Amino acid sequence: MGDLADLTVAEAAAGLRKGDLTAVELLEAVNRRAAMTEANLHAYLTVDREGSARAAVAADASLNAGKDPGPLHGIPVALKDNMVTRGLETTCSSKILSGYLPPYDGTAVTRLRDGGAVIFGKTNLDEFAMGSSTENSAYGTSRNPWDPETVPGGSSGGSAAAVAAGSALVAFGSDTGGSIRQPAALCGIVGMKPTYGLVSRYGLIAFASSLDQIGPLTRTVEDAVAALEVVGGYDPLDSTSYPGAVPDYRSGLDSGVSGLRVGVVTELNGTGIDPEVQAAVDATIARLEQAGATIVQLSLPSVEYALSAYYLIAPAECSANLARFDGVRYGLRRHGETVEQMMSNTRAEGFGPEVTRRILLGTYALSAGYYDAFYGQAQRVRTLIIRDFEAAYQQADVLVSPTSPTTAFAIGDRTADPLSMYMSDVCTIPSNMSGDPAISVPIGLDSSGLPIGFQVMAPALGEPVMFRVAAEVERQAGFDARAPYASSEAR
Amino acid sequence: MAYEPVIGIETHVELTTDSKMFCGCQVNFGSPPNTNVCPVCLGLPGALPVVNARAVEYAMTIGLALNCSIAEHSVFARKNYFYPDMPKNYQISQYDEPLCVEGHLDVEVGEETSRVGITRVHMEEDTGKSTHIGEGGRIQAASHSLLDFNRAGVPLMEVVSEPDIRSAEQARAFVSELRGAILRLGVSDAKLEEGSMRFDANVSLRPVGAEEFGTKVEVKNMNSLRSLQRALEYEIERQAALLDAGEAVVQETRHWDEEAGSTSGMRSKEEAFDYRYFPEPDLVPVAVDDEWRKRVAQSLPELPAQSRARYVAMGLEPTTAGLIARDVEAGAVFESAVAGGGEAQTVANWLTGEVTALLRKTETGLAASPIDGAALAALAGMVADRSLSASAAKEVLAGVAAGEGSPEEVATARDLIQVSDSASLEPVIDEVLAANPEALEKLRSGDGKVMGFLIGQVMRATGGKADPGAVSRIIELRVG
Amino acid sequence: MSRYYHSGLMPVDIDIAKVARLARLALNEEELERYRRQCEVVLEHAALVQSLLTEGVPPTSHPLPRTNAFREDLVTGSLPREEVLSQAPDRDGDFFVVPRILDE
Repeated sequence: MGDLADLTVAEAAAGLRKGDLTAVELLEAVNRRAAMTEANLHAYLTVDREGSARAAVAADASLNAGKDPGPLHGIPVALKDNMVTRGLETTCSSKILSGYLPPYDGTAVTRLRDGGAVIFGKTNLDEFAMGSSTENSAYGTSRNPWDPETVPGGSSGGSAAAVAAGSALVAFGSDTGGSIRQPAALCGIVGMKPTYGLVSRYGLIAFASSLDQIGPLTRTVEDAVAALEVVGGYDPLDSTSYPGAVPDYRSGLDSGVSGLRVGVVTELNGTGIDPEVQAAVDATIARLEQAGATIVQLSLPSVEYALSAYYLIAPAECSANLARFDGVRYGLRRHGETVEQMMSNTRAEGFGPEVTRRILLGTYALSAGYYDAFYGQAQRVRTLIIRDFEAAYQQADVLVSPTSPTTAFAIGDRTADPLSMYMSDVCTIPSNMSGDPAISVPIGLDSSGLPIGFQVMAPALGEPVMFRVAAEVERQAGFDARAPYASSEAR
Repeated sequence: MAYEPVIGIETHVELTTDSKMFCGCQVNFGSPPNTNVCPVCLGLPGALPVVNARAVEYAMTIGLALNCSIAEHSVFARKNYFYPDMPKNYQISQYDEPLCVEGHLDVEVGEETSRVGITRVHMEEDTGKSTHIGEGGRIQAASHSLLDFNRAGVPLMEVVSEPDIRSAEQARAFVSELRGAILRLGVSDAKLEEGSMRFDANVSLRPVGAEEFGTKVEVKNMNSLRSLQRALEYEIERQAALLDAGEAVVQETRHWDEEAGSTSGMRSKEEAFDYRYFPEPDLVPVAVDDEWRKRVAQSLPELPAQSRARYVAMGLEPTTAGLIARDVEAGAVFESAVAGGGEAQTVANWLTGEVTALLRKTETGLAASPIDGAALAALAGMVADRSLSASAAKEVLAGVAAGEGSPEEVATARDLIQVSDSASLEPVIDEVLAANPEALEKLRSGDGKVMGFLIGQVMRATGGKADPGAVSRIIELRVG
Repeated sequence: MSRYYHSGLMPVDIDIAKVARLARLALNEEELERYRRQCEVVLEHAALVQSLLTEGVPPTSHPLPRTNAFREDLVTGSLPREEVLSQAPDRDGDFFVVPRILDE
């Protein structure tokens, strides 16, 4: 057996149960890999050495006692640092939460702990999940294991880098406009955003409440399924949680795509997409057709406006969600003669430029006289987008596109022009707007050796068919999701 | 120039649910500071609100009691502004689609009843409390403030009236009636002194007969019904003086100062009023169907106004009816007494007079007192058949209240029963008349004053037990 | 300064100082100007939504069509006070402390 850090969750889980390895050994392997790669990658903000060691020991004891709480039992897990963890620093990669210790665990975190997962550490992100490269982190950017001069994507860049490099077997992130899928694509791993409401947001530090979802980043589609099984399902602490039974994610997972209708979204393929990326995507579509799928071209006209609507809705909601960071009850506080000054000084210093920009944008879009033309109109456009998707799913079982218009770009390439950074999300934003599930599957490398991601979208609660098609894509691509991770000792 | 005041009242009512509006923290006035807080009501990162079902029902109850329509689809909204006692720096409230709309409340001022429209009743959350440290505890001279978030997140209902109120007196009556109704519903303890019921007023003046509204001024910080009336009277005068002098009334918020007896302008910031309302994305809409609404409507208790009307129909004077209707226990005893044959006004007068005084002295409630409907009915009967005089009845009441027994027992034990039947009285009267022929002559010739003397003689002869009224009647018959 | 993207779209004209005050962000002149320009660029792109006809189209606030998500009126407990106050940037005994509040 090679380095345990290179195992998939499924392989590790099988090994644990067979007795070929222990949770403690798994954790040691991940620790070693992190030690090797962190200097270059900076995927982590916090590593909980003691807590994870205790959890690994407990997981082994539990297994030996014959208990088996589930597929992530004993598995080292990384959590994006916008998921609150009790007693473990949670910063959202912002100065305003430097040193903040939450007094509670989010629901997803609780379910992971209850499921025997070994929480190894908190990963880097764009500050408050706003960004597409992780360069907006107040604690330094993370780097792409495939080429450390390039970005890992964002906002869940740290989680993606860790899984790609093997310093976590599975990670969780959040996806508001593509923040799981885009970094997964850029780092050559699997990343998925569930149906809105399938995974509880209780404990996810809110960016845009009607768009945010927690989801897994893994090396395989099967691992993503396992991760979703552990964290998904109704939570009474989240009013937007889906109250019905969760779909059987595995149904049809290995059935292939024969008889399925695959819709190619006109607005998300071709124009504005890097030619190498599109070529890889087209080749994947062709293979799906050969495997028995029917390919249909579908136009969803309102999808052209999804990015514009998103940059009104998300900032508007975030401007209210981030109002609580005011120096009164927790976090950073800067001096002010009056409480108003204290708050203004605290927030000006505590928030980075991208966050500041979005708060200003959102405040403006909601303000008197502008609400109807901006926020109000964006909400109506959102309805049109939902209708277009609903109509499309009458004619196709899944919809496909590239995940990201380009592969990983160089660090510093897009930081001067916010709009160019926003364009990274043009393919992923539509399914946040509709609330439907979507997954990115790595299908190959471009001529620079950078990974290309293929996106499969499905209707609400359509995770089973989404995973089914994704599994087929993965099988055909035969892509090894383990990055030739950059380390201080070159391989 | 004669002006007509145009007044609207905005009332906030804290509900007496067990837990807060959006989380499971306890609702309790007087807990040690910051002991009833959790991630949700403290606005910690990652926390989410979940609506308290009972708070929704209580809100519906208030709306239905105020004759409102209940929205089939109702939405929560974020009201965005920064204030240190508001953890999220937005308040979860309702804006575009409130739960209850278009109701009314009938208000009595003296003999007149008027109808005040209710624009809306909606749900929101209360804020924490700030204590200002510095000179005199007033915000203007404070050096810093202390924050307690126990109250943050307590369910708060906002009741907005139409600007239908036309006098300070009517405003007071409106708030009093609203409070009485809310107490009867049992959804709040509505204690003005504790802040579980608070109100602001919007006041403007217009020339009598004009249709357009004048500039309105918001008045805050009135902590009692009395200060509400005083504040409005002051503000009406102030605005009238301005208008008479040809000056304009400034649209602003003014703060009532109870000691100074005046309102003063607060520093107003124009931006403060841009609340940037948008639908609350963390909460889903409330859908009320016919069945739910009917169930709540059927569970409504009788409100004071309805009790009042019923009591008047039973024969009470309106004022007495109002007093009895305000107190659920008194109402129950009153109704039971009348059902037992007691005369309505008599019983009611005892309840509002003697009984109230007696209970206050012993510091007991009516429910704990031996005075009940049966006792009052019996007592009323004894007054009606003249076996007790009015003053004797009061003594008997005191005895019953003290636990000495039933009215009959007390009257007998204290020897208060008066004699009023002819058979017993005639012989005594005849004796007295025979013994006082001059008095009888005077009476026969029309001198009414001597009647008192003769009655007195009969009273002496009977040891005070004779019913003076009966004696007087018999003597008159004798005189012819 | 007003700028138009298409005729017929609402002009983007941001009073950035006012917006910054509303959002409690103490920014200097240079920062304000920089953010104003950047926001205007983004807003002009975002304003594209105005080219779509949405007469009669209802707004979507929630992608999940759920209603009546309630909890029972039960006291489920609170955080221990020390834990509540332990993260306070400034405290006085059992209270959070803030500088003086402007008359509001």
